[in-house]
Amino acid sequence: MNLAILTHWDLIMAASLVILLALISRKMQMGIEGQLLLSASRTVIQLLLIGLVLKTIFSNVHLVWITLIAVLMLLMAGREVMARQKYRLTGWWGFGLGTAAMFVSSFSITLIALNVIINVDPWYEPQYAIPLLGMMLGNTMNGISLGQDRLNQAAWEKSAIIEARLMLGWTWSQAISDLRKDSIRSGLMPIINAMAAAGVVSLPGMMTGQILAGSPPMEAVKYQILIMFLIAAGTGFGTLVAVWFGSRRLFDERERLRLERLSVK
Amino acid sequence: MIASMSFFEIKSLQVLNLEPWSCEIAAGECITLTGASGSGKTRLLRAIADLDLHKGDCVLHGDSCKSMSGHEWRRRVGYLTAESQWWHPQVGAHFEKADVKLLKQLGFDEAVMDWRIERMSSGEKQRLALLRMLQQNPDVLLLDEPTANLDQGCTQVIERLVDQQQQQGKAVIWVSHDQQQSGRVSDRHWQIVSGQLLEEVS
Repeated sequence: MNLAILTHWDLIMAASLVILLALISRKMQMGIEGQLLLSASRTVIQLLLIGLVLKTIFSNVHLVWITLIAVLMLLMAGREVMARQKYRLTGWWGFGLGTAAMFVSSFSITLIALNVIINVDPWYEPQYAIPLLGMMLGNTMNGISLGQDRLNQAAWEKSAIIEARLMLGWTWSQAISDLRKDSIRSGLMPIINAMAAAGVVSLPGMMTGQILAGSPPMEAVKYQILIMFLIAAGTGFGTLVAVWFGSRRLFDERERLRLERLSVK
Repeated sequence: MIASMSFFEIKSLQVLNLEPWSCEIAAGECITLTGASGSGKTRLLRAIADLDLHKGDCVLHGDSCKSMSGHEWRRRVGYLTAESQWWHPQVGAHFEKADVKLLKQLGFDEAVMDWRIERMSSGEKQRLALLRMLQQNPDVLLLDEPTANLDQGCTQVIERLVDQQQQQGKAVIWVSHDQQQSGRVSDRHWQIVSGQLLEEVS
């Protein structure tokens, strides 16, 4: 089974469906056509660009290029995590903590996967390294931003309770432990739901892609299971790191709650 | 214990715009603190409990606040706010082991531990919050208008219990708006006047 190569006409036909939707939206005054067309154009431009980048990297396999693009992806993900917080840590912590958490979880797990599990040669073979890292970053990004956002907002809203516990002689960690637990749970919920629904409610995107590209279904399934586990571990470790250090940062060395370390967007 | 060592000592404590303040408080003593709203009474208590940034130090039994962690200090220096906070749906979940004798004295029986927080009155909450603070057996009690919204009966019960704590050798700093209450409970009186803490000589 071979991949059916798409022609320009195939894509233009798909695009005309979106344009039709935009026209109907305009006719019915739904007001969504602007956003729809803009984001559709962004999809075309961004994906064409990344396609060019990947094409270049695939034909010049060099660790420096891979590292460069990996760092760029990390920084973009870090910016995205920060942008999604309503209450964020001030100073470098706002950008640094989420980015560092993604770095330790996504990078280390991608490295383990490439070197130990999939065992490709060279280990930075871009055909594996880039999509794998992209998937890890995309998912840990969700978990970390959900977890951090939940933690910071809860600390802001429940500061009176946290302080009441401090007044009773609780440690900083005891005083915020239930909020931390909730935050970690909300960071992990998407991947837990995805694992629970995989194959029953939805066919995961990567597996769908592989099957469309002509892989035998069982091979696609094995890859999907691998990816699901890597994502779960990466999201879990990343969220743990971000929420733990984030909660510590809300207190100072005298275990006082320091809400001025959060700024409100 | 060395005779010259004082029970509780405040050393050049400074918060916000208040002048640095030093004094000694003996075991069993109750000091009332008054001042216009916004004058910094709560700030002062929070600094003594080491809940806010401040300059200076406090020493209890010869142990400086800085010599121990924040939570160890706050276990010895208890702080009761005018409005108590409750985070579990049931009263009992906030207590490790409630002292039945004190519970009776505050006008409750053990069934109160099964009560739900939302059906308690402010007076009941405040009495239970005092009991909850006393669980840690702190040596110094910082009371920030503990009877501000309470009726007379409730106020009396709390005053009596605090007095009893003093008999057991605890020091009390009590913020109160009520002149008569201040007269009833205090051994000494502090007042904050335009950024300065003054000790009133009676």
